[in-house]
Amino acid sequence: MSTAQSTQQRRTPEADTANTRSQRPLTLAQRENRAGLAFVSPTLLVVLVVVVLPIAWTVLLAFQHARLVDIQGMGFLSNWTWSNFSEVFTSPGFWTSLWTTLVYTVGATAGSIVLGLIAALALRRPFRGRALLRGTMLLPYVAPVVAVTFVWEIALSPQFGVVNEVGTKLFGWDEPVAFLSTRSQEISLLGWHVHVPLALLTVIAFETWRYFPFAFLFLMARLQAVPEGLEEAAVVDGATLTQRFRHILLPQLMPVIALLSVLRFILTFNKFDDIYLLTGGGSGTDVVAVRVYDFLTARYDVGAAAAQALVLAAILAVLLGIYFKFFAKKVQEEA
Amino acid sequence: MASRAQIEDRTFGVLRWVVIAGLAVITIFPFYYMLLLSVKPIDQLLLDPGKLWVGTSEFTLDTYRTVLKSVDDGGQGFLRMLGNSALVALGSMLLTLLVSVPGAYAITRLRFLGGRQVSALFLAVYLFPATLLAVPLFVVFARIGLQGSLFGLAIVYIAQTVPVSIYMLKNYFITIPESIEEAAALDGASRLQTVRKVVLPLAAPSLMATGLYVFMIAWNEFLFALLFLAADPDKWTVSLGLQQLANGIEVPKTVLMAGSVVLTIPVVLLFYAAERLLTEGLTSGADKS
Repeated sequence: MSTAQSTQQRRTPEADTANTRSQRPLTLAQRENRAGLAFVSPTLLVVLVVVVLPIAWTVLLAFQHARLVDIQGMGFLSNWTWSNFSEVFTSPGFWTSLWTTLVYTVGATAGSIVLGLIAALALRRPFRGRALLRGTMLLPYVAPVVAVTFVWEIALSPQFGVVNEVGTKLFGWDEPVAFLSTRSQEISLLGWHVHVPLALLTVIAFETWRYFPFAFLFLMARLQAVPEGLEEAAVVDGATLTQRFRHILLPQLMPVIALLSVLRFILTFNKFDDIYLLTGGGSGTDVVAVRVYDFLTARYDVGAAAAQALVLAAILAVLLGIYFKFFAKKVQEEA
Repeated sequence: MASRAQIEDRTFGVLRWVVIAGLAVITIFPFYYMLLLSVKPIDQLLLDPGKLWVGTSEFTLDTYRTVLKSVDDGGQGFLRMLGNSALVALGSMLLTLLVSVPGAYAITRLRFLGGRQVSALFLAVYLFPATLLAVPLFVVFARIGLQGSLFGLAIVYIAQTVPVSIYMLKNYFITIPESIEEAAALDGASRLQTVRKVVLPLAAPSLMATGLYVFMIAWNEFLFALLFLAADPDKWTVSLGLQQLANGIEVPKTVLMAGSVVLTIPVVLLFYAAERLLTEGLTSGADKS
């Protein structure tokens, strides 16, 4: 209300001069509208040029015969074909790669949120050095991905990695384990012999390690905002620690956990760098994002790469659609 | 006899410290290991891979010399790459702020046609996979000659960081009382003047936090650098240079670790200098849901 008044007063002299030039002065809403559009247009322009248009073009390319060499002279709307999609769906390893992507995404999302939750609970009450540890725990998340993947690679190396050194000397492993290049490792547990997809588990562990700080940060912030009185009342009522967690803290945290799950799922599903740098997509870690890159740079097959990326995005959209249709409301209600 | 509550309190009281110690180890150890290997001669590493300290007699900085020296002097030329990275990161930071400050202000304060759709679009950028963008941008950049240009890379980083930047700035702008702006308007300040002289100085902490966030993302980024710059070694950023180094002819792992340290240190220093600012900027709003 007061905005309207103040701007109105200020505007009267200007409005008079405007009147002499054109027939009618702009209303306050019109001026605000113009200012808003002007202010938002630089961002909008960048997003349109670097995000929206390229995506639109990806959609077109997915339906065109397009190799990098012939794109130069090619029109935007020629060479229509469905073959990119049949190529994608029938190419060897597509379905397993999709499955790998799903396992990787679910594993890494769940891992990073669970570890982040544990960390947030452990650091909830103050202790000496908490502030320092809290900052340090964010390091995996802020450090450059290229540097941390190399450290993991070297630490896990069968020849000179510290992990295998400790494993063979202290824990009595029979031989060094090639964590990042073993598709399937047989391990015996209580007389059972099971095969585990070792390289895949290792990259999931890496993602968990790298992104738990992200979950930790948000869960910690939410945890600090839980009203003290709630828990005190529960203590008076004789609720144990686990009961308080289950019935008081968890419901309070649920909306943040749900949001984190969706966010991490989306980001991990599309993740390229981490796996590319750790394994190059080998040994059973061939996620779809890495395949897109291979189509693009190894075969220069732009059409197939675009189709592959599009299929990935479509699957993600369907999964998110299912989530929001069936689960989002439930989380809200429980919370 | 202890009650269930007491048993739980005690168990978790102990468990808490175990967890804290464990977390400290898994976060600090990899960085310690990186630093350790970077000052060891490679033969010492191969001789005793389990040794987690470095003796005074074996301590060396040759690895850093190799990494930083220019290619002409037989080094790996990381000094130049540091320059490239700094240029891209600073450029992206300034451009992103220049673009997202008015954008965030408009979304927070002004009612305009399509305002809601626009802010939804900005958020949606986060949902579009980088791989979807990579293909056409790769082609376009190859076509208009922006491939191998640091400027082109900075433009892509703007788009990549704009959603979070706007979100962070918006959360801060909301907290600035509108009455202050009205007072400025009464004094005859135009909208632009109000933003520049009143809102921006008040939002300085948020601007810093957002700027740092963009800087760190741009400094660390790998995929687009790989796609756009791989063919042009003079333009490599540190991230890309390090990865190419690892792929190249046999380079001692200790030299790689020295390169990793060089890549990591600027980001970690910046982060510690502004940790509070950054974490609060990112999570403000999360505690209200």
